[in-house]
Amino acid sequence: MYAQMVKSEASNEDPEKLAEFQARIDADIKIEPKDWMPQAYRKTLIRQIGQHAHSEIVGQLPEGNWITRAPTLERKAILLAKVQDEAGHGLYLYCAAETLGVSRDELTEMLLDGRMKYSSIFNYPTLNWADIGAVGWLVDGAAIMNQVPLQRTSFGPYSRAMIRICKEESFHQRQGYDAIRKMAEGTPEQRKMAQDAMNRFWYPSLMMFGPSDKDSVHSAQSMAWKIKINTNDELRQKFVDQTVPQAEYLGLTIPDPDLKWNEERGHYDFSEPDWSEFFDVIKGNGPCNVDRLAARNKAWDDGKWVRDGLLAHARKKQSGNLAAE
Amino acid sequence: MSVSVSNDALHQFLLRMGDNTLILGHRVSEWCGHAPVLEEDIALANTALDLIGQTQMWLGLAGEIDGGKSADDLAFLRDAWDFRNVLLVEVPNGDFGRTLMRQFLFDAWHSIMLGRLMTSADDRVAAIAAKASKEVAYHLERSGGTVVGLGDGTEESHARMQEALDYLWPYVGEMFASDEVDAQMVAAGIAPNPTDLREEYDALVGRILTQATLSIPESQFAHKGGRDGRMHTEHLGHLLTQMQWLQRAYPGAKW
Repeated sequence: MYAQMVKSEASNEDPEKLAEFQARIDADIKIEPKDWMPQAYRKTLIRQIGQHAHSEIVGQLPEGNWITRAPTLERKAILLAKVQDEAGHGLYLYCAAETLGVSRDELTEMLLDGRMKYSSIFNYPTLNWADIGAVGWLVDGAAIMNQVPLQRTSFGPYSRAMIRICKEESFHQRQGYDAIRKMAEGTPEQRKMAQDAMNRFWYPSLMMFGPSDKDSVHSAQSMAWKIKINTNDELRQKFVDQTVPQAEYLGLTIPDPDLKWNEERGHYDFSEPDWSEFFDVIKGNGPCNVDRLAARNKAWDDGKWVRDGLLAHARKKQSGNLAAE
Repeated sequence: MSVSVSNDALHQFLLRMGDNTLILGHRVSEWCGHAPVLEEDIALANTALDLIGQTQMWLGLAGEIDGGKSADDLAFLRDAWDFRNVLLVEVPNGDFGRTLMRQFLFDAWHSIMLGRLMTSADDRVAAIAAKASKEVAYHLERSGGTVVGLGDGTEESHARMQEALDYLWPYVGEMFASDEVDAQMVAAGIAPNPTDLREEYDALVGRILTQATLSIPESQFAHKGGRDGRMHTEHLGHLLTQMQWLQRAYPGAKW
């Protein structure tokens, strides 16, 4: 899940308009940018889509970390294609957010100065090659859990962006699983890398769904508006149920001694992640927060002359064209 | 001309093509996540991806005629002296301006070269060239457009692009050097004499750089030593250290 703990806003608008709006959503009619919408719906969506877009952008960094060291040309090409897809997802999502009246530059500045967040998962490092497999398998796997239902979200541009994104994400997850499978079936050193990746990415992947939201008023509003479709706990359970047999197939051990099948519930029981660690990461104290933001800020600052130069050239051309008319 | 000599020359020629795309693809991929604007992140990753794909074809064919080696064997298990890329593609990225100028100077040569190779007497070479040339036409369009935009942008972008051109120009000449390998390629109808591509290159590059309001340095001095492997830059060893690390540290592992 690339948007976590998105706080939704309370509405105090004309009850009649609100009721009409809710009726449209209940009837599964998409809300389009020019339609009336509650301010709170707009603000919550900007936060959610913006955070998702930022996650795609910052998410280039942990994977990009291994492009130059990918062990074969094919793996290098696959990873490049994947990271390119992610930048593309960022682009669709910024475009979807722009239809709500916020510019990409404004969103970018809010990311760079820390006012907006990105997914906690990208504050963890990628330390060995199997991490690239684990990111595809576990991290993209967790993201897909959330994104598949969001294809039915009430806001048209977000829903359409999700449909495109989901097609590519399922390819990412498959390639991740394939990469880690190769390692799990490989030499003792490769198996060690795969298990090490599993050990480090398991709990951070569970954290991606956010803390339990059974008592959250914000979640209830977002669910009524269909900008959130399932609860965090439902999605986390679904992820665990899907992932455990895959890990068993690979012969990898999930680092949770209490993990076991619960016949009665028809689900796996599992340990909660350390939520104090999660809140530390959200507050900026994860292993890579400072470096990730510094890298994005450096890219933006170093690129200023490029953006300015291209803009100046476009303006010269435009005024040249006008003069010629 | 004996078959073995011809095969050896063909092998060298294929390494030159494949090492150029491998090393440049590596350099361009270093930008991932750090570009000035999102569209550039996408375009740079796309360019690197195309170049790595072309590498698989060129080095795949080189390995085939070299006793059944794989493209990966050639990419990951040779030392610097066996690489045959021109020096231009191994110089560090520098700022975005230098990266795009290097790309443009290479793309212009690459597109002309591939155009000729499409009519190669060797069908395998012609087929790779036909596929690669479509991608490279786009690379050239984009890098040329960006060089013009930045050269004729602000005072700062102009100055940076001129600096990039001044730095890189001495690496251009090597792309047009000819030796015994080239002579054999010409004789067999496999590839053109690189020297013969220069006029078209100068016309193309001159036109774009004029639009970019940039001045080509007067000196015609050209560094050399990459395409025959006699003397690479100090930078290549560091690049290979990174690129080849996993294959070297875990010999024989399948990835």
